[in-house]
Amino acid sequence: MDHTRLIEKALKGDRLATGRLLTIVERDPRGASVVLESLPDREGYHVIGITGIAGSGKSTLLSRLLTHYADRGYRCAVVAIDPSSAYSRGALLGDRIRMQMHATNPNIFIRSVSTRGLKGGLSFAGVAMVDVFGRLGYDKVFIESIGVGQADVDIMRIADTIVVVTVPGLGDDIQALKAGVMEIGDVYVINKVDKDREGANKTMEYLLFAIEAGELGHKGWRPRIVKTSAVLDEGIDELIEAIEEHYKYLVETGGYGAGRERRREILVRLLAEKMLIDALDNIEIEPGKDLYQEALELLRRVTAQYIDMSGADRPSR
Amino acid sequence: MTITETERIKVLVAKLGLDGHDRGAKVVARALRDSGFEVIYTGIRQTPEQVIEAAIQEDVDVIGVSILSGAHMTLMKRLMELLREYGAEDIPVFLGGTIPIPDIEPIKRMGVREVFLPGTSLKEIVEMVRQAGLERRKRRGW
Repeated sequence: MDHTRLIEKALKGDRLATGRLLTIVERDPRGASVVLESLPDREGYHVIGITGIAGSGKSTLLSRLLTHYADRGYRCAVVAIDPSSAYSRGALLGDRIRMQMHATNPNIFIRSVSTRGLKGGLSFAGVAMVDVFGRLGYDKVFIESIGVGQADVDIMRIADTIVVVTVPGLGDDIQALKAGVMEIGDVYVINKVDKDREGANKTMEYLLFAIEAGELGHKGWRPRIVKTSAVLDEGIDELIEAIEEHYKYLVETGGYGAGRERRREILVRLLAEKMLIDALDNIEIEPGKDLYQEALELLRRVTAQYIDMSGADRPSR
Repeated sequence: MTITETERIKVLVAKLGLDGHDRGAKVVARALRDSGFEVIYTGIRQTPEQVIEAAIQEDVDVIGVSILSGAHMTLMKRLMELLREYGAEDIPVFLGGTIPIPDIEPIKRMGVREVFLPGTSLKEIVEMVRQAGLERRKRRGW
């Protein structure tokens, strides 16, 4: 496969080439390293993470954001992460259904990724795709996650701005805010306010209290709270305002550059891990040797230059 | 790599045209998922343009279309034209639904790989999709 040609085309906005480039990044770590090396670096693109409890309307909300951002002239990309089955390892990637109306918009590109049931954690593919989109010229790169557990918190570390979505009627218990995805937001969204306006006000109070108490928010940023109804297209402009305010804050305080560095570091670590695991998976075991021996040999060879493993796992002579 | 990892085939299941009967598409989508495929479902009432755009953005290995409205001749013709326009004719296309027997041959001549009629076993569908997906993977060098 000719990576150079694909990259050239993708940089010109060719969508077929972009789709195929993303597959290389997803399936082949070596190819991914070539792609990432060849794509020119680019400043200024904004990575926005969308997370929050299951059923809070993340995909519908994101769909609205896409409409409004595209209307304002931004090029938008989405990396939508969905879980894969623990049994069949297959996946039904459903986020796209709510965003399919944008399929033919030339300024919007949507790609689904399954968690691939690997370690359940941060997947190299997801992070690399975000980077590729940014380098290809997309201004707003959204990463939508499944909204559960530590894996989600990890994924959100690559975002410049984290949007946490909740719904009215939950969060009566302030304890619920203290751990996990609920505590990492730069912007909190109370969605589905049309269903329970009074409950939305209550949730707002709890969130405000948590912010006042210093339980939410970090590094000098006071998290914003926005009430929306994605279905009725309510509050979306306010949400964009809050997201943009945070972006401006990051740029002015140097947080943007730091975030970019963090993203690159995470990417490099994940790539190293993936290449090493792939190498291990491809080991051919010579007769008379076992996997354990071969694997350790490989790890020693690869790391010899940097880590002294001479004493590791060898009987002293 | 483990076998399941390399074989993970990506399939787009699409409902084309003004047709809300999605039970068949969902049953097939689920069967594919349970057989280890990555399935992307577009939802109902899609235009050929939306289906092709989704297919190339997701870079799927197979497209499976479901039509029960009777508009299959017009819609599939447009879909296959677009596939070629986009340069994505390497993606095999399957059609399922209430397709009259005399229409099957003309549809296949458009480049559709197989037409599944009501009563086709899920096993048969899964196997044919797997075969087609693996072939495309091989051509692409995965």
